[in-house]
Amino acid sequence: MTEKRRNGIARGLLAIGIIFMAIGFFRGETEVVLRQAVNICLECIGIG
Amino acid sequence: MGKLRGWIGRHLRGCVQFMATALGNGYAAGFLHGSIYRGDTKALCLPGLNCYSCPGALGACPIGAFQAVIGNRNYHFAFYVAGFLIFVGALAGRFVCGWLCPFGWIQELLYKIPFVKKLRRLPGEKWLCRIKYGVLLIFVILLPMTVLDLVGQGSPWFCKYICPSGTLMAGFPLAVLNPSIRAGMGGLFLWKTAILVVVALLSLLVYRPFCRYLCPLGAVYGLFNPVAVYRYRIDEHRCTKCGLCQKACKLDIPVYLKPNSMECIRCGECKRACPQEAILCGKRKDVSKKERKIINV
Repeated sequence: MTEKRRNGIARGLLAIGIIFMAIGFFRGETEVVLRQAVNICLECIGIG
Repeated sequence: MGKLRGWIGRHLRGCVQFMATALGNGYAAGFLHGSIYRGDTKALCLPGLNCYSCPGALGACPIGAFQAVIGNRNYHFAFYVAGFLIFVGALAGRFVCGWLCPFGWIQELLYKIPFVKKLRRLPGEKWLCRIKYGVLLIFVILLPMTVLDLVGQGSPWFCKYICPSGTLMAGFPLAVLNPSIRAGMGGLFLWKTAILVVVALLSLLVYRPFCRYLCPLGAVYGLFNPVAVYRYRIDEHRCTKCGLCQKACKLDIPVYLKPNSMECIRCGECKRACPQEAILCGKRKDVSKKERKIINV
């Protein structure tokens, strides 16, 4: 694979990443992440 | 000046790893009171495997966040976290593992402890390295998405049954500081502690065993290594294929053949070891300024 092609793929992936994050934000996924992260995750610490 | 550059070269990564761990887990009050941070920054993902239930954590673990969203009955796909992983992966690949991941850094510190023998690889290394893709597919994606409780909610299977980072960074500090959490610990905590102990003992023997064999985050970022903006290139004119890069690589990667191996964590040891300066990264500069002048002439 040429360097030019790798650069193109990287740029495309960066754009997809930004678009996905925006879609997730507008779908309210950040709220789910926040809700999960501000409470002690009993599974993560081994209480289940 | 040369000595200073050498010192920076040797210690820069350790300093960055320390800073990344301290910044991502900078909520000191959590360690004093046995609680966790509850501010809005917790909606943002941190790039490394950093448990959000760590008393000091100021952000969310991307693997935990991914499981939380796909296990939620209102969502079938985690666009936000997937987008974050794609973005960070496309930018830096496994550079995150080598420079920003707190749990990777802890394993490195353990590896520095003198031990009877240090191994460059375990028997069946090739197959062991593939386990992490199975962990990603089964424990991070399939099980949280398909095994649901009565109200249609999935569990974070990886965090619950495997993640030693959560046990170390969240389980132990909270157990010590919070009596009610201590009272609730049972068989599952023992299981997770056993995994942590095995990983810690293996870390004395081989370099970063969890990152090599089990980490689903490393598996994701590794997929981007060949195309990430930050990637390695070999200057074919300079490379003599002496193999010094592979000797310097603690993951035993033949860098001169596979500069963008999915296992490479971009620690930079190979670059420093190359006497020909044939391993390049970042902006394209295969040809030195002097040589370019000559060519232009």
